[in-house]
Amino acid sequence: MKRLALVAMVMACGIGGGLAAVDVIAQRRALMKEDGAAAKKLFDMNKGAIPFDLATAQASLSKLAGAAAGSPALFPDDSKTGGGTAALPAIWENKADFNARFEKFGKDVAAAIAATKDEASFKAAAPAVFQNCGGCHELYKAKSG
Amino acid sequence: MKWLSIILAICIVAGAALAWGLSAPQARYSPEQWQALAKPGNAAAGRRMFFAGGCDSCHATPGQPDPLRLGGGLELKTPFGAFYPPNISSDAVDGIGAWSPVDFANALLSGVSPRAQHYYPAFPYTSYQRMEPGDIADLFAFLRTLPAVQGVAPAHRLSFPFSIRRAVGLWKRLYFDNSGLSPDPHQSAQWTLGRYLVEGPGHCGECHTPRGALGAMQPALHLAGAPAPDGKGKSPNLTPTVLADWSAADIVEALTSGFTPVGDVLGSGMTGVVRNLAQLPQSDREAIAAYLKSLPPIGEAAQKR
Repeated sequence: MKRLALVAMVMACGIGGGLAAVDVIAQRRALMKEDGAAAKKLFDMNKGAIPFDLATAQASLSKLAGAAAGSPALFPDDSKTGGGTAALPAIWENKADFNARFEKFGKDVAAAIAATKDEASFKAAAPAVFQNCGGCHELYKAKSG
Repeated sequence: MKWLSIILAICIVAGAALAWGLSAPQARYSPEQWQALAKPGNAAAGRRMFFAGGCDSCHATPGQPDPLRLGGGLELKTPFGAFYPPNISSDAVDGIGAWSPVDFANALLSGVSPRAQHYYPAFPYTSYQRMEPGDIADLFAFLRTLPAVQGVAPAHRLSFPFSIRRAVGLWKRLYFDNSGLSPDPHQSAQWTLGRYLVEGPGHCGECHTPRGALGAMQPALHLAGAPAPDGKGKSPNLTPTVLADWSAADIVEALTSGFTPVGDVLGSGMTGVVRNLAQLPQSDREAIAAYLKSLPPIGEAAQKR
């Protein structure tokens, strides 16, 4: 009986661990999606496709700041596969570089938040933020059909 | 019994001779033919062809940021083995600095080296074959202006029977039509340019069209998406099955900045492709978009990006 309980406990932990990994993958996918939506607003404003709005710009930049700070913790070692993830194994082979890129991203976003007072200052600061997106996706994200 | 052995031996010898004959490398142009056809190349115009063709994506020296240092040696992992694209810098010994214009033309248009050997179709001459002679001449002139880089790429490491280079000749008999694009008088000049860039120098189908067992692109699923050759995910379907809700302007934007309509950024191998396409005139990217929008919707609707 004791043994059965132990087996049940181990199994529960195993399933729990598996679920946690899927959960964290879902979390980071959701975060990245919000991140993308915020980046899209900033990008369109920078391009002039939508009118500049200071409050929207600052809110979107804050969203990116949160994503930059929160993302590294969402790539634990047991979340390499599953849940439709597009994360490449290279993330875990180069974890220090991966985390450093989020740190740089966070710094660039913080600088843009501090610099953005109006449309002109936003457009001067925004490109440095966007430069971060492609670098990471090139190395660490699989193509997705 | 003795006669049977003799007949069998004759069959084997004849078969081998036939295979040897059928697999012979055939360059499209002789030096005289090429000289009559192509004007002297214009290096400035060739720069556009360089970035349309994305030569650097495979030939740039790995581990350094300059796309114009073409020392080769990047490892391309494929189901057939590992390919190492060669040095195509202007170095006369290790690169292609000693090549004549016709050598270059036959490499791109026929997949045949100056030493009359087949190139493996990992080098996308299956698409480059559609390039205009003038563009080939311009590209060669541009490559000549780039720095000489020393060093030779490792030899390809392929599994048998793909390691038999001569057999590429038989593959070409099956899958290589050695031809250009036929004009379509019903289409606009923009569409014609877009088709040329996509199907010729841009070689989009090499990743975005699924391949059959012997590695040939399947015409019925043209640009309908395919597993990435390096195994890193899937190159998406470019036909309206998936791109229907992208405007031409969305496609142009994605090919310029990498940004997609949902705020994603194109990643993996496409990041470098975007970096190259961003170097082209806007009108080239607009032409590519117009052509992609005109494709028939085929293949499965993949997940929305």
